[in-house]
Amino acid sequence: MSYVSRLFKRPLAVLALAWLVCLVLGAVLAVHIAPYDPLDQDLLAIKQWPSSEHWLGTDALGRDVLSRVLFGLAPTVAGVLEAVLIASCMGLSLGLTAGYFGGAWDRWVQQYVSLVQSLPNILIMLAVLAVFGQTMLPAMVTLGVLGSAGISRVIRSVTLAVREDLYIAAARICGMSDAYIITRHVVPRVVGPVIVQMSMFAAVSVIVQTGISFLGLGEPPPAPTWGGMIFEASASLNDFPWLLVPSGCVVALTILSFGLLGDSLRDASTEQWSRPSQRRRIQARRAVRPTDLPTGQVLSLRDVVITTGEGEHTRTLVHKVNLDLAPGETLGIVGESGSGKTLTSLSLMGLLPAGTQVASGTLVMGDQVIDLTNEASLSRLRGNTIGMIFQEPMAALDPCFTVGYQLAEVVRLRGSWSEAALQAKVIELLEQVKIPNAKEVAARYPHQISGGMAQRVGIARALASEPQVLLADEPTTALDVTVQAEILELLRSLSQSRHMAVILVTHDWGVVADLCDRAMVLRHGHVLESAQVLDLFQRPQHPYTQALLAANPHSATPGQVLPTVDDALMNLQGVNVQGGSA
Amino acid sequence: MFQIVLRRLVMSVPLVFVVTFLTFLLNSLAPGDLAQTILGADGTREQYEALRVEMGLDRPLVMQYIGWLGHTLQGDLGLSYFTKESVSSLVNARLGVSLSIMAGVLLICASVGVLLGVASALRGGWVGRAIDTLSLLGLIFPSFWLALVLISVFAVWLQWLPATGYVMFSDSPAEWFASLVLPVVSVALYSITSIAKQTRDSMNEVMGRDYIRALRACGLPESSVVWKHGLRNAALPVVTVLGLVMVAAISGTVFVERVFVLPGLGSLAVSAALNKDILLLQGVTLYFTLMTIAINLMVDLSYSWLNPKVRVS
Repeated sequence: MSYVSRLFKRPLAVLALAWLVCLVLGAVLAVHIAPYDPLDQDLLAIKQWPSSEHWLGTDALGRDVLSRVLFGLAPTVAGVLEAVLIASCMGLSLGLTAGYFGGAWDRWVQQYVSLVQSLPNILIMLAVLAVFGQTMLPAMVTLGVLGSAGISRVIRSVTLAVREDLYIAAARICGMSDAYIITRHVVPRVVGPVIVQMSMFAAVSVIVQTGISFLGLGEPPPAPTWGGMIFEASASLNDFPWLLVPSGCVVALTILSFGLLGDSLRDASTEQWSRPSQRRRIQARRAVRPTDLPTGQVLSLRDVVITTGEGEHTRTLVHKVNLDLAPGETLGIVGESGSGKTLTSLSLMGLLPAGTQVASGTLVMGDQVIDLTNEASLSRLRGNTIGMIFQEPMAALDPCFTVGYQLAEVVRLRGSWSEAALQAKVIELLEQVKIPNAKEVAARYPHQISGGMAQRVGIARALASEPQVLLADEPTTALDVTVQAEILELLRSLSQSRHMAVILVTHDWGVVADLCDRAMVLRHGHVLESAQVLDLFQRPQHPYTQALLAANPHSATPGQVLPTVDDALMNLQGVNVQGGSA
Repeated sequence: MFQIVLRRLVMSVPLVFVVTFLTFLLNSLAPGDLAQTILGADGTREQYEALRVEMGLDRPLVMQYIGWLGHTLQGDLGLSYFTKESVSSLVNARLGVSLSIMAGVLLICASVGVLLGVASALRGGWVGRAIDTLSLLGLIFPSFWLALVLISVFAVWLQWLPATGYVMFSDSPAEWFASLVLPVVSVALYSITSIAKQTRDSMNEVMGRDYIRALRACGLPESSVVWKHGLRNAALPVVTVLGLVMVAAISGTVFVERVFVLPGLGSLAVSAALNKDILLLQGVTLYFTLMTIAINLMVDLSYSWLNPKVRVS
């Protein structure tokens, strides 16, 4: 079983398992291996430090600590076994049946689980101990019953997922009995989680059991128990704190072993996955004004390279992209998913997602020359000369604050405002993006407005800082068609009335034709072509652009299979369309 | 808002009945009965019968429970078998200590725990490792053992704080505070790390959301993005864990009051259990159950306060 072999590749898990095996052996063999009788008092040798005669020293009555630890093992092991056995049997059967059959039974089980989990468990234990006297068995049985709630919840959710699998449905259709399906098909799938839960619960039972004997509610002294030993240690805190060490450490090691075992079991049963690496800090260079800049641009990008991964795993996502934007111009960046169009636009805001970074690149805005690897200097541009709107308008608004509050927050960044002036400005911004009854909308939360309205609010927020450049990342993709047209119309009129340049990231030729003056085609992180929109549509130069235009679903013949980029590329045989080395 | 409170209160009523009835049921399952336990081996048959009638043990279980319930609703929790004092006054006298500890734990967890969590979400690195180590220690060492270690370091060795005992706030606020520091810390040590871990996880999740990117794109200062928008959105799961941690802290007080010899509800419950003082234990259980309900209610209220979707609709 590969599961077990994977477990044994983990040294910590092996150590934990070894310690637990030693505990069980120690519990069985205590009578033979303990050097002294655990109750033998030697008042001439009290509170002794560890020595060759007493490996772990002696306690306040001169009893050998090691022997007491060893004799304390048996009740601990027995108690843990009782509790774990009951909890896992009950939890397994409740969870399996609730998850598999569902319905009223499932609701009852869930009621039971939430009831037990909202009880102060310690008090139930105390009541049991009070009623049944100072014996461990009823207490550990109760603990098992209480613990079954948590286990059954986990098993239920695993079973629910398994039940939806096709092979279970197939087995049911074949007429197999429920009992057969559960034992044959469901149980093997939940064994992993059950074992993990058992080892976690075992750790809890060690704590509870030690706690009960610490409170003096377990086996009455002088019987050796771990919890009792910690209690006895508390009496000699003033002059002999050593006694805390052996008793505390065996308890801690045992709990740690169960915890480690559970962790390793869980890891061994789930596939390895790697986290995206933290963003790498690249030493920012001094930005030098590139020499090949055309004059009169509001924004220029030179040689932008964006990479992901580190060291030899580095992959380049965007290759030396250049971009120029004239004042008032609307530039479309067009490409398929993964072409690097969004990454390019995010890079000039310094907002690349974790795991990707700008390897090199320069941004020129008027007199300012900024190294794109230097995020700190980019952050000064944000909400200042560059505004941005996003693809998912609803997700771009913080759900916890009202629309008006979020707008006011951005307005307040620039200058000091009286409360009344601030409100007036917010209303004005909302009216600018053609929102009717702006006052009412300002008081609403994001979940109370529509997607189109949310995008208008997003635009209003971007306009608050009077930016020279508006970056729009697929601003209409998530909206329905009529709303799309309204938003595009709004963008057009705003860009004209404010003489504001717009960078529009999109995969929709219709949007490009509707709104853009110029367009740039991106594929695999390379700029393939950049031209006036009219030229691009009538005389596309690059074969990929032709293919991309041909794949426009709006010009497809009804009833025919929709053309894809790959089909169109196939039709243009003999032309190198790779556009670089990627 | 008022409706939410009302609905939650109505929903928690069954919990009170279940818990208290469970205690009654346990009582009847016990080998022998209480009258016998109280009289011991010396009691005569007549004394035993008389005591049974006096305590109402001759009635059916459900009638006993309804009787107890009736008295309880009038604020009378009966008399302790052991000390013959009124259970209500015994319990009320000790409520303050336990509430003080709980309040301290809540304060520390909500402040230090959240701060640590945010720090480790933003900085990662050593703060995260420190939290992981601390939470491992908190998980593997029982709270009462940690409490004893704290006593030997801060009370016996450094002598900064008292080892045991409780001073009333009205007697000396400074000493009251000093007497609570170690108990609160030893309960909170475990809880802080749960809060910190949850805060870290949900902050990590929230900081990757679109609206955080949008807020940064608007040029909001990072402090406002993190502490106002990030934390506010990350708060819901943290509040859930805070509720769980506070319910767990009830168990924590039982042990800690024992270690530090504090006259609270927890130590009362333990001595009631040791003396088989069922009515007293029943009283403490009722109080602890009400505390659990109050905690859950506060969690629900903060949900509706934190989440506008709940609040407005």
